[in-house]
Amino acid sequence: MIEIQHLSKRFGKFQVLRDVSLSCAPGQCIALIGPNGCGKTTLIKSILGMVLPTSGSIEFKGKDIAKDYHYRHQIGYMPQKGRYPDNMTIGQVIEMIKDIRGSKEALDEQLIDEFGLHDILEKRMRTLSGGTTQKVSASLAFLFNPDVLILDEPTAGLDPLAAEILKDKIVSEHQKGKLVFITSHLLSELDDLVTHVVMMQEGEIRFHMPTDALKASTNTSSLAKAITHVLKQDHVQ
Amino acid sequence: MFNKIQRFIVADILKNRIVLAYTLLLGVLAWSVFSLEDDSHKGVLTLLNIVLLTTPLVSIIFTTIYLYNSSEFIELLLSQPIRRARIWTGLFFGLFFSLALAFIVGAGVPILLFVTGAKAIILLVMGILITAVFVALGFLCAIISRDKARGIGIAILLWLFFSLLFDGLVLFLLFQLSDYPIEKAMVGVSALNPIDLARIFIILQLDVSAMLGYTGAIFKDFFGTGLGAAIGFGLLCLWVLVPYLVSLRMFVRKDL
Amino acid sequence: MHTMCPRLIKIVLCTLMTGLLMHVGISRSLHVGSGHPYVSVKEGIAAADQGDTVIIHAGTYKEGNIIVDKTITLMGMDWPVLDGQLKYEVLSVKANNVVVTGLVIQNSGHASLDDPGGIKVYDSRGVHIIGNRLKDNFFGIYLQYSKHCIIKDNIVKASGTEEQQIGNGIHCWKSDSLQIVGNTISGHRDGIYFEFVTGSVIWRNIAFDNIRYGLHFMFSNDDAYITNLFRNNGAGVAVMFTKNVKMFNNTFEDNWGDAAHGLLLKEISDSYIFNNRFIRNTSGIYMEGTNRIIVEKNIFKANGWGMKIQASCMDNVIRQNNFMQNTFDISTNGSLVLNTFDSNYWDKYEGYDLNKDNVGDVPYRPLSLFSVIVEQNPPAMLLYRSFIVTLLDRSEKIIPTLTPDNFIDQVPLMHVIPL
Repeated sequence: MIEIQHLSKRFGKFQVLRDVSLSCAPGQCIALIGPNGCGKTTLIKSILGMVLPTSGSIEFKGKDIAKDYHYRHQIGYMPQKGRYPDNMTIGQVIEMIKDIRGSKEALDEQLIDEFGLHDILEKRMRTLSGGTTQKVSASLAFLFNPDVLILDEPTAGLDPLAAEILKDKIVSEHQKGKLVFITSHLLSELDDLVTHVVMMQEGEIRFHMPTDALKASTNTSSLAKAITHVLKQDHVQ
Repeated sequence: MFNKIQRFIVADILKNRIVLAYTLLLGVLAWSVFSLEDDSHKGVLTLLNIVLLTTPLVSIIFTTIYLYNSSEFIELLLSQPIRRARIWTGLFFGLFFSLALAFIVGAGVPILLFVTGAKAIILLVMGILITAVFVALGFLCAIISRDKARGIGIAILLWLFFSLLFDGLVLFLLFQLSDYPIEKAMVGVSALNPIDLARIFIILQLDVSAMLGYTGAIFKDFFGTGLGAAIGFGLLCLWVLVPYLVSLRMFVRKDL
Repeated sequence: MHTMCPRLIKIVLCTLMTGLLMHVGISRSLHVGSGHPYVSVKEGIAAADQGDTVIIHAGTYKEGNIIVDKTITLMGMDWPVLDGQLKYEVLSVKANNVVVTGLVIQNSGHASLDDPGGIKVYDSRGVHIIGNRLKDNFFGIYLQYSKHCIIKDNIVKASGTEEQQIGNGIHCWKSDSLQIVGNTISGHRDGIYFEFVTGSVIWRNIAFDNIRYGLHFMFSNDDAYITNLFRNNGAGVAVMFTKNVKMFNNTFEDNWGDAAHGLLLKEISDSYIFNNRFIRNTSGIYMEGTNRIIVEKNIFKANGWGMKIQASCMDNVIRQNNFMQNTFDISTNGSLVLNTFDSNYWDKYEGYDLNKDNVGDVPYRPLSLFSVIVEQNPPAMLLYRSFIVTLLDRSEKIIPTLTPDNFIDQVPLMHVIPL
């Protein structure tokens, strides 16, 4: 579904992505992990077209994304830190994104319902807490029933109840056969969600393998332990 | 489709406290100027100074800050299926419309009530054009630097340059080159500063007696004619278009 | 008186009748025109005796130079036209107490050497030129070495474009005790020109669209001009090398141009400028080498400069005038100020009046720094009303450094003087 080939990105002196190639298929739920500054965010932004690659290409369903922005109709993105115009209300923000999308398909308002946003549609964005803002971001990401979900630290800042609602939603969407990208520091959270792990280091992909295979190869029972194991091995070497 | 973004941005900015304060400030100044001065002619001149000072300042600083504060929002917009140019255009028109509206409500209404004829229209049109120019320059400031503080610094410097330093430089040159016939060159020099252009336009309308002597004659010959006025107007439009298009080009190629 | 009237009319009628019947020289009327006793004006004048009236009937008379050398009345009926065919001086008056009235005089010669005029008065006294129309003459009405003449209610019109190709409307030279009243003069070089003319009055004239000055005074002392209108003349009005002139109730307006002034004063002293209106002139009054003049109760409105006072002026008093909407109220090219400003209304004054006596509590400095800058460097006008100029002017007002200290109105008025 998403084919990344030989992607490189340089910001001035810094080589942020080095010859990254990655192939993702529908039905996968991919955890994108790695230390700070490893290029995770740049990779996500490249897929979203926010960062323009120095070299290499990204294809979405067989089409080069550099040529046509319409592929973004099929992507729902939840940013790590959402910020919206101060004086817009929640209702207006949702309304505006609906306007931009112009989507005629049925909307998925499940998260809006479950987060209870309907009751606070008149509140201005400036007055919202970080958690509530994240709820709005999450709701927007799922609203248009996209084939691909890109979630950057989705549960950070959410209260446990809301985080649980969101996780359930991710699972159910994944089960519908959608491709889900998640970056998170909380490896334990990802354990029961993800099918694949992509580990990045210094702009390169360290490995990309199914979770089960990773656990088997490291002989561990949880994702967190598997990753720790890999990192320790590195350290020894 | 950019109409939609722009509509929401206008709605957002019109509720902004700074814009409300700006409208109020212009309104209070204009009303007090016109009701304190017994003749509206003098009122217009006083207002001209206010307009040429505050409008550029508020337009450029507010635009720059608003764009920096919207960076995450712009990212969110970028993740949506929409062309980059449309986002930028939407932002531009959103900002321009709201600030122009603030100007029209604050200063325009008293101008139309107290001033008659072509003067009022010219004053209004120039105020709106100056707003557009400095919104465009604000876009340039915000895109040139990733750092917010630096961007706002550039904006303040630009404002200071166009409203004060440029004219100081002109004055200095005038005295340095006073032995040469530089009057015609001065027409050209004035085109390099949108505030000067607007000022000369309004003065030719309002206070013809101000443009005296040989220099005045040259300016009147040039800007007083239909063609000169059209060229002056065109130059001001260029002052909107060029900074905006440069910023647009940079935005389309920018990594966010 | 009431009973006298019919008798008087009878006497007049009798005299006329006897005059006609007896052909004796008391006072006759000689009629000129086709179908009248005399065909040409010259014949009529030749036949006339002292005191006679030559009545010229409608028609165009192209008789070259017509000379009036005896005391007669030359009267037009139904606007007869005397045409100089662009070659001749039309009417030359060379006798005392001649009356010229009701004539259309046009197309005098344009040779500039002997200054041909529509009507030229030579060395005469008591000549009355009243109610004539002068069109496209080189000089309109020209008086030299003449005294006690009245030039009244004439319309003097030309359509000159170049100074060299046109003379003055009413030109007076080396004359005395003239009355120039109610004339309308346009399109000439100077509307009214006075050189070595004394003891004369110019009253209720209108001079507009003249190429140079509406009124031009040179070496003419002890004159007055009152209630005239000078509009849109090339360079306004000039009063030069003169003393003791009274200028009352005149209006100077729309005198625009690089070297135009409402009123140009040059080398003049001991004069009085009272109750005039200076409106929309490049400079209302331009003064050079002017001494002991009183400028009182005038209105200076919407001029580029209200007054330009050059450094060569001294002991002038400027009091109780209204200065309104001028770009600059006052400017000067020097730093020495020997003139007095007193009790004027300045619309740019920003002081206050705590004791409500209609006098501002802080003095007003009418000279702005920017006007000094523009005086030195005219193109600096480009920066008019810019922020930097406002800033400079403000700081100068608070701490005067470059403008002369004593250029000051100590008692500026708070309200417009009703004039």
